[in-house]
Amino acid sequence: MRIMRHPILPPINRKEVNITVDGKLVSAIEGEPIASALIAAGIMTFRKTRIRKEPRGYFCGIGLCTDCMMIVDGTSNVRTCITPVREGMRIETQVGLLREDAGC
Amino acid sequence: MLTTDVAVIGGGVAGLVAAIEASKFGARVHLIDENARAGGQLFKQIHKFFGSHRHYAGIRGFEIGEKLLEEAQKNGVQTLLNSFVFGIFGKEIGIIENQTGARWLDAKTIILCCGASEKMIVFPGWTLPGVMGAGAAQTLINVHHVSPGKKFLMVGSGNVGLVVSYQMLQAGAEVVAVVEALPRIGGWGVHASKIRRWGVPILTSHTVKEAHGKERVEAATIVALDENWKHVSNSERTLEADVICLAVGLKPNVELPLMAGCETMFLEELGGRVPIHDENMETTEEGIYVVGDCAGIEEACTAIESGRLAGVAVAEKLGYLSKDEAYELKVQIRKILDDLRGGPFGEHRVRAKQQLIERAKILKGLKDE
Repeated sequence: MRIMRHPILPPINRKEVNITVDGKLVSAIEGEPIASALIAAGIMTFRKTRIRKEPRGYFCGIGLCTDCMMIVDGTSNVRTCITPVREGMRIETQVGLLREDAGC
Repeated sequence: MLTTDVAVIGGGVAGLVAAIEASKFGARVHLIDENARAGGQLFKQIHKFFGSHRHYAGIRGFEIGEKLLEEAQKNGVQTLLNSFVFGIFGKEIGIIENQTGARWLDAKTIILCCGASEKMIVFPGWTLPGVMGAGAAQTLINVHHVSPGKKFLMVGSGNVGLVVSYQMLQAGAEVVAVVEALPRIGGWGVHASKIRRWGVPILTSHTVKEAHGKERVEAATIVALDENWKHVSNSERTLEADVICLAVGLKPNVELPLMAGCETMFLEELGGRVPIHDENMETTEEGIYVVGDCAGIEEACTAIESGRLAGVAVAEKLGYLSKDEAYELKVQIRKILDDLRGGPFGEHRVRAKQQLIERAKILKGLKDE
């Protein structure tokens, strides 16, 4: 959820954009990481593991652990914790480790 | 090919200061950072720094970040953002910009400021969404104003665990408990007191045993530890929590130093494997320096001074400072570093740093022969 009131942080006044997550419309703040937009919308599962299909999500937040990888505009294995959101982005839950672009 | 006097890799506090310092004496400096903005972890520090004026006492971390970015720009530091360094080959740096195509930067000297990453502990359920690094949660809350949950369990009572717990409270979340495996609180009393006053229990000799939940964390079981770090039977308690934050230490990011051929040593006091470096922060590879947390886990003030030291050292190496001018500056900075590492908290780090310097002398002596 978004933090609307805070004793120290000045409010963020940035442009709202729309993205889709598995086909559903989600509103985001332009420039924030994809992961942040998803968590703000209450989405915690970003991908499922290849064999057991276990949920995985945001973990290290600095692009190192690769747990938060998703399919973004057709490209798989995108680290959503360090990839900024843009208007119209198409985000999809990833299953397993896809070596090539989505569809393979 | 792009060329430069000094390539600074990593634009956190140490890298920014190193870039500012080297450019101040006339060196051409390129600063490379994989993020959309330089500043590293400064932008998620919303508490006021303490210490001295030189180290920005009384100013909040994100404001220090703004100041340093401005100063770097004023000094003509060229900043390459969204730029990921994939390798160092001699003094040639391979960079991928905006995830497309490689470009090369040929540098006379390189200052590596790759920072640190969070250590993690594993337990049943640790892969569930909602288990995350304390720093990762801090970034979400303080930089992006998004909270990953309502009820947090903090694992670890070092300064990171304590400060982040307080910031969760400031953001309107609840901290159900801080668990600490040691029989005492790890961080400073001033930080612990702040969350105690808020009513958050800090449970020493306790750890997390299991995370429960189907699609995300819904609860956590904690357990008491005996003097041999074994679970005390029947001491389990299950707390309602939707986020479990791990604040169990940091380790230096040494991938790039290793690629560059720098020799390392394992020093527990500095967080693990650390590049060997001399009194000028120069590694075993001539012209390649390490500063900040990737030269050993410390804190922001020592990161600032190590950056300054390397900035002066490269300016000297490149001929922008005479030996005497550089010597005077370096002596001043080393004195400040000694002061910062003074006191019982710094003793182990002083000894570890001395070990690195001694080892560097031996290795470099051998190389010269």
